[in-house]
Amino acid sequence: MTGVPLSWYLVLSAILFALGVAGFLFRRNIITLFMSIELMLNAVNLSFVSFSYQWAQVNGHIFTFFVMVVAAAEAAVGLAIILTVFKNRQTLNVDDVNSMKY
Amino acid sequence: MDVILFLAFAAFAVVCGINVVLQSHPISSALSLIGVMGSLAVLYLLLGAEFIAAAQLIVYAGAIMVLFLFVIMLLNAGSEAKRGRSLLVQFMGVPVMVSLLGLLSYFVLRLFPAAPPVRFGNFRGGSPRSFGEVLFTQYLLPFEVTSVLILIAIIGAVVLARKEID
Repeated sequence: MTGVPLSWYLVLSAILFALGVAGFLFRRNIITLFMSIELMLNAVNLSFVSFSYQWAQVNGHIFTFFVMVVAAAEAAVGLAIILTVFKNRQTLNVDDVNSMKY
Repeated sequence: MDVILFLAFAAFAVVCGINVVLQSHPISSALSLIGVMGSLAVLYLLLGAEFIAAAQLIVYAGAIMVLFLFVIMLLNAGSEAKRGRSLLVQFMGVPVMVSLLGLLSYFVLRLFPAAPPVRFGNFRGGSPRSFGEVLFTQYLLPFEVTSVLILIAIIGAVVLARKEID
């Protein structure tokens, strides 16, 4: 019985990361941008767990755990910011929220 | 068996990830993202990370995505308007993405050509017991700092989202 090469996991992680970056660049809905960030964080988590397997250490799992915690905190604060922006501007399009750009 | 499980769930994850980017309605994107997270949890199990797989399902697919869906429904967010993007993104976006992916894959395949293949059951250090032993001894200070971070995030969310009281 043959196993899966480690590099396949890492390539999958790279694919998911690139998809997250693409979503962040192409999408204009601020909630979808947040979901793209979550996708990128998940891709990095997969790399951490793969390397943890590779070197037979649990430290990668700990890093993944901390990434999850930070993602939860980020989602809570970010969605509160989105709610406030929507309350003040009645829009979710990031192109319309540009008063700090000029 | 390992290969079949990996290929099935990796393909599911990639399809759902593409769906996250392509769907125009945020609800569809969120549901696809839940698919990505569920299949990643299966891959974590294959890599021997039992605790992380459970936490992935409970924290990510459970808590965080429910928060997202809740906000999408609360704001009644409709489909994204198709509007002109900046020229830079329109013409450079896809080539830059493909070259980023190619570069990452190249380095991965170059750096780990002969790594021993992943077999289910080879690594047994991911159980909650061994995870907790390391977390509460070696990484105790970061753990406590994280609790402070969560507290600050909760206070920040409450301050941001409350109604203005005049």
